[in-house]
Amino acid sequence: MSRAALLILADGRFPAGGHAHSGGAEAAVKAGRVTGAPSLEDFCRGRLHTTGLVSAGLAAAAALGADGRAALDEAVDAHTRSLALRTAARKLGRQLLRAGRATWPSPELDALARAFPKGAHQPVVLGTTARAAGLGPADAAYCAAYETVSGPATAVVRLLGLDPFEATAVLARLGADLDEVAAAAVRAAHRVPEEGLHALPAASAPLLEIGGEAHAAWPVRLFAS
Amino acid sequence: MHLDHDHTHSDAAAVSADAHRPDGRRRALRIGLGGPVGSGKTATVAALCRALRDELSLAVVTNDIYTREDAEFLLREAVLPPERITAVETGACPHTAIRDDISANLEAVEDLEDEVGPLDLILVESGGDNLTATFSRGLVDAQVFVIDVAGGDDIPRKGGPGVTTADLLIVNKTDLARYVGSDLARMAADAKAQRGELPVVFQSLRSEEHVAPVADWVRARYAAWAAAAA
Repeated sequence: MSRAALLILADGRFPAGGHAHSGGAEAAVKAGRVTGAPSLEDFCRGRLHTTGLVSAGLAAAAALGADGRAALDEAVDAHTRSLALRTAARKLGRQLLRAGRATWPSPELDALARAFPKGAHQPVVLGTTARAAGLGPADAAYCAAYETVSGPATAVVRLLGLDPFEATAVLARLGADLDEVAAAAVRAAHRVPEEGLHALPAASAPLLEIGGEAHAAWPVRLFAS
Repeated sequence: MHLDHDHTHSDAAAVSADAHRPDGRRRALRIGLGGPVGSGKTATVAALCRALRDELSLAVVTNDIYTREDAEFLLREAVLPPERITAVETGACPHTAIRDDISANLEAVEDLEDEVGPLDLILVESGGDNLTATFSRGLVDAQVFVIDVAGGDDIPRKGGPGVTTADLLIVNKTDLARYVGSDLARMAADAKAQRGELPVVFQSLRSEEHVAPVADWVRARYAAWAAAAA
């Protein structure tokens, strides 16, 4: 397992399309729920323990190499009520798959691209990419969990003109939460072979889904989601 | 050269600027148009579509910064059927989407080829940006940089990657030069100093047939692209 590969995959500059998405932050800013560093921290903590936990579980399960990547993908569809968020997750999955295949060529990634020419859900692709990079389920879970907070934090720097040092300090303060979420995700993923996909976390964040639907209908916006 | 290498591990979506589609057919030529806000990129795209649509199978990808204005302008002007125009959202960073992280744009061009292809030419229009914004060679085969005389006649002298390295530099809105005090001869001399032998076109689209020199440049690019396939 290569620590360097983890840095490459987790780097915000990894060219997988994330820069165009705010992770719900743009809708939350418009609604007045995120106005500065303290409310950004609340938003991120909430997203981490819901969307982040679910994504981390899926990524860890995919990284363990479970045959059922199609079933994992279906589980995301079943879990995500918002069509706008499902669409965004598939779009990001497709973009990550392109970057992953170019970076760590692997038959498993090629097979995933064949099965999902228009994109599998991003956490499933993330776990499979981590595996192709020689990483394990914990690495995949950390990447998935971290992305669910790093995306909104950088988006809010652009949306509010928030001090970038404050935004980065918010991420640092979420460190213990990230550890907790990643550990729970990995434990759940290890139970999948015995218990099936029901072992994976299924927390939901209704306000994120409502905000995602509203945001998709805006005529003017900075971010795609 | 990098555009013609064979990729060996792929049988689904292409992963980079391969000259062939996954099914082995040659893909469309991709030309990028970049430049500052308001310099006339969309007007140039519209004029090119009208000039070339009867001889080439065309499509357009726009990269709007925070709206669908450019795509909607092209739709309203009916320069192409709507299914041939796609808008990419760039998350407040147009240069990122055409240079550092080109995945959304690659998807857009591939989807256009899947849905309305076969295509000969795809024009990829950047959102208005700054003088350093250039396209990745992984996204386009050639790039055009569009500036205008009203943005200041010192822009060619200032240079920067767009002015200096673009395959074609367009200096637009020459009809405004006398109103804004821009010296076209000085702009031409500065551009020549920055660009050496790379071509520069001065144009005014007050009359749309004046896009002809740029359309001819595109035709020559396409002819070379098609000849390389033979």
